[in-house]
Amino acid sequence: MGDTRVILEMRHIIKEFPGVRALDDVTMSVQAGEIHSICGENGAGKSTLMKVLSGVYPHGSYGGEIFFDGQEVTFRDIRASEHAGIVIIHQELALIPELSIAENIFLGNEVVRGGLIDWDEARRRTQDLLARVGLNVDPRASIKELGVGQQQLVEIAKALSKEVKLLILDEPTSALNEDDSANLLDLMRGLRSKGITQIMISHKLNEIAAVSDAVTVIRDGRTVETYQVEAGHVDEDRIIRAMVGRSIENRYPHHEPIIGEAILEVRDWVVEHPIIPGRLICKNSNFHVRRGEIVGFAGLMGAGRTELARSLFGRSYGNFVSGQLLLRGEEVRLTTVASAIRLGIAYVPEDRKNLGLNLLDTIRRTTVSANLKAIVRRGLLDFDQEYAVAEGYRRSLRTKTPTVDAGVTTLSGGNQQKVVLAKWMFPDPDVLILDEPTRGIDVGAKFEIYRLIHELADQGKAVVIISSELPELLGMSDRIYTICEGRITGELPAADADQEKLMRMMTTTSSTVAP
Amino acid sequence: MKQLKQVLGGDLRQFTMVGALVVLLLAFDIASGGRMLTSSNFQNLLSGNAYVLILAIGMVMVIVIGQIDLSVGSVAGFVGMVVALSASHWNLPWWVAMFLGLGAGALIGAWQGFWVANIGIPGFITTLAGMMIFRGGVIWMSGSISVPVPDEFRYLGSGYLPEWGPAFTGMNNSTLVLGLLALGALAWAQFRKYQRHAKLVEVKPPLWPVIVRVALFAVVLGYVTWLFGSGRPGTSFPVPGLILVILVIIYHVITQRTIFGRHIYAVGGNRAAAALSGVDTRRTYFLTMANMSFLAALAGIMFVGRATAAGPSDGTAWELDAIAAVFIGGAAVSGGIGTVVASMVGGMVMAVLNSGLSLMGVGADRTQVIKGLVLLAAVAFDVYNKRQGRPSIIGLLMRNRTAVPVGTATTSEGATPAK
Repeated sequence: MGDTRVILEMRHIIKEFPGVRALDDVTMSVQAGEIHSICGENGAGKSTLMKVLSGVYPHGSYGGEIFFDGQEVTFRDIRASEHAGIVIIHQELALIPELSIAENIFLGNEVVRGGLIDWDEARRRTQDLLARVGLNVDPRASIKELGVGQQQLVEIAKALSKEVKLLILDEPTSALNEDDSANLLDLMRGLRSKGITQIMISHKLNEIAAVSDAVTVIRDGRTVETYQVEAGHVDEDRIIRAMVGRSIENRYPHHEPIIGEAILEVRDWVVEHPIIPGRLICKNSNFHVRRGEIVGFAGLMGAGRTELARSLFGRSYGNFVSGQLLLRGEEVRLTTVASAIRLGIAYVPEDRKNLGLNLLDTIRRTTVSANLKAIVRRGLLDFDQEYAVAEGYRRSLRTKTPTVDAGVTTLSGGNQQKVVLAKWMFPDPDVLILDEPTRGIDVGAKFEIYRLIHELADQGKAVVIISSELPELLGMSDRIYTICEGRITGELPAADADQEKLMRMMTTTSSTVAP
Repeated sequence: MKQLKQVLGGDLRQFTMVGALVVLLLAFDIASGGRMLTSSNFQNLLSGNAYVLILAIGMVMVIVIGQIDLSVGSVAGFVGMVVALSASHWNLPWWVAMFLGLGAGALIGAWQGFWVANIGIPGFITTLAGMMIFRGGVIWMSGSISVPVPDEFRYLGSGYLPEWGPAFTGMNNSTLVLGLLALGALAWAQFRKYQRHAKLVEVKPPLWPVIVRVALFAVVLGYVTWLFGSGRPGTSFPVPGLILVILVIIYHVITQRTIFGRHIYAVGGNRAAAALSGVDTRRTYFLTMANMSFLAALAGIMFVGRATAAGPSDGTAWELDAIAAVFIGGAAVSGGIGTVVASMVGGMVMAVLNSGLSLMGVGADRTQVIKGLVLLAAVAFDVYNKRQGRPSIIGLLMRNRTAVPVGTATTSEGATPAK
């Protein structure tokens, strides 16, 4: 281990966005030369904290102080933090696929002599850097020719070129296979022995156990605890408890489920990644949903829940490999979204603004947009009917707007979500898949949407809720499936589930579901 | 101000465009010594620009879905030549030649639609290639000489409506009938809108703004009808103008009141969201591109009718005029916004500019400079206001309306899609 002085101290960090406090008095300290892991659920604030540290959120846009190497630092942008020796490697690699390794490494940091770039020198330095990370590739090779694991190493080489003192890795192994992950962890140990301090954001408990010297758990924007790791032994239970430990208050309406027969059945569903051949995003998924039932899908970001849902919804994501989809007992092949809608499936996307709405539209036009055939009279759209439908949903969902002629951008997030839900209720589907239905919505609006979901279930519809908020799944679902890395790893009645059980199943890749 | 608001009703931007047009007409009339607002000038204005406006009808749909078509001029010239050659060299009857031309247009449209929709090549590249291919095609086919067309086409390109009926009206009766029909339709539409609005609100809205609006329409429409109908004997509202009006009505209905029309705006507004709503985005792209080439063929045929012959350089730079008309009419570069009617107004602004400047004796060179600057100014004004997040100037004037910031529709009719 390195010396025991503190190299980084973040004190009482507060970061707010309109309507939400992402970081609520976070305090954390990192010792020089150690590998410090930060752990937390989706949305806990890990990435936000690192963005504050690296200058993505500049000084002045957050509260609290940062002390690096003994001095207070006030970074105005990323360049300032890099100049100080702090380099962050994001989850989505910031490399330009068409350019070469050398060009990428020195992007923004070019080796200049006499007004022109000195490519020979750049290449020579690149060779050195690549050797330090153990990557044996020609510096002139372009990034797109490299595998993800190698690209990750290029990112680290890039950090080394900036004479990094503190290296931040955001979910570094999320896109890597086992070999590349092991390789990366080895590299991290090597860097540690050279005196480079590292912060790793991760939820993979086994990896945290493999390399960390200390672990900080963050939850709901607050530090829960920091503790030192003894001799490579990490108490997984302790971490899980710290990550999720919050009580489920009465935030969920009471509901007595009336459950009927199975209406949707998925058997041995296998889907390939749309761009990376051979990489499977759904590995033999089997599940079913019954009428009147609310089924939750739990999993960490990247586990494959959205991909599963979209691949079922008219194959709108990924390359279908094999599997069966049964609706109302009969096998169906839904190869287009339109056929999925026609046969009674609705999918409400998690990314409301980019996938759920046409932001140029009005409320009334959005409301009818998934079922235009229903408002056609004598071959033309009937505006009176369109208005009636939109008004009807505005009233029954209590959408806060003076008129349905207003544009959807005038609505708050919660009300936008109501319009999107109305849009998908209009075709009267039998199965509704709601992907993060309450994301970005305040508590009051959430409660209304929960009640709406209960009404839908009472009408005999099957509702699937994909959510990153475990309390939400526990409070709303009748049954919960857990997914980890494309595989369904668990199924249990909500009454038997708790957050720790779910988190455990969400973080292990072995399936506990009987085939 | 409040009364003015009530009269103007929903479509603020469209009224400012039309207002700008009226101001231009009046200004040029004064500057040219009264030669702008004459029967023959108006008739020329319409029949001489009908082909560009027809192109603009197709072009606005292409731009709404986020593409562009640079080949329309070349395709128009190509089809014109096909028609001329098949009639004069192969001695086909004129109507067969016309169908051949329209068929060629449809085929070209399918070709370009295929590359854009099924292969995924951006419209810009596909139609740039088309522009080169069909310009070369015209020159190749014609051997670089002009080819005359049968007289029947002259009717389509520069004909007038027939004379009939009593002479006391003092004008061409076909035009009068058209004018009355138009006024009737407009008045009916306004009253229907009023009725719909009245059904939904508790307090009955005032009727007088509607009456004032219809009266204003009557005055303007009456003046224009008289202007068209009281020209030289034998002239009237031109046939190309009638064809244009019919097409505008058809395409207005298609874009505003059919499922396909909604799909166009959905794909243009957010392609991914449209796909997840069940829209067949490929089909939408294909049909829109194909339709454009078909309309280009129609425009080409009308043009050779007017010119009485097809030449190898017909259609040069027409796409630029069509695109300019669409953007002056308020379409967005990023797609999702734009209407047929607004593009017509935009096109008329350009046409009036052309005509007015020429009546004032300004040369074609300087006219071109001015047109370019007007296009820039019109779009910059719009972009600037939207980017600053400010409501448009008109919006500021109309501050008392229930706050609907930029980026929203303001009509209950759906005449303009959300802006």
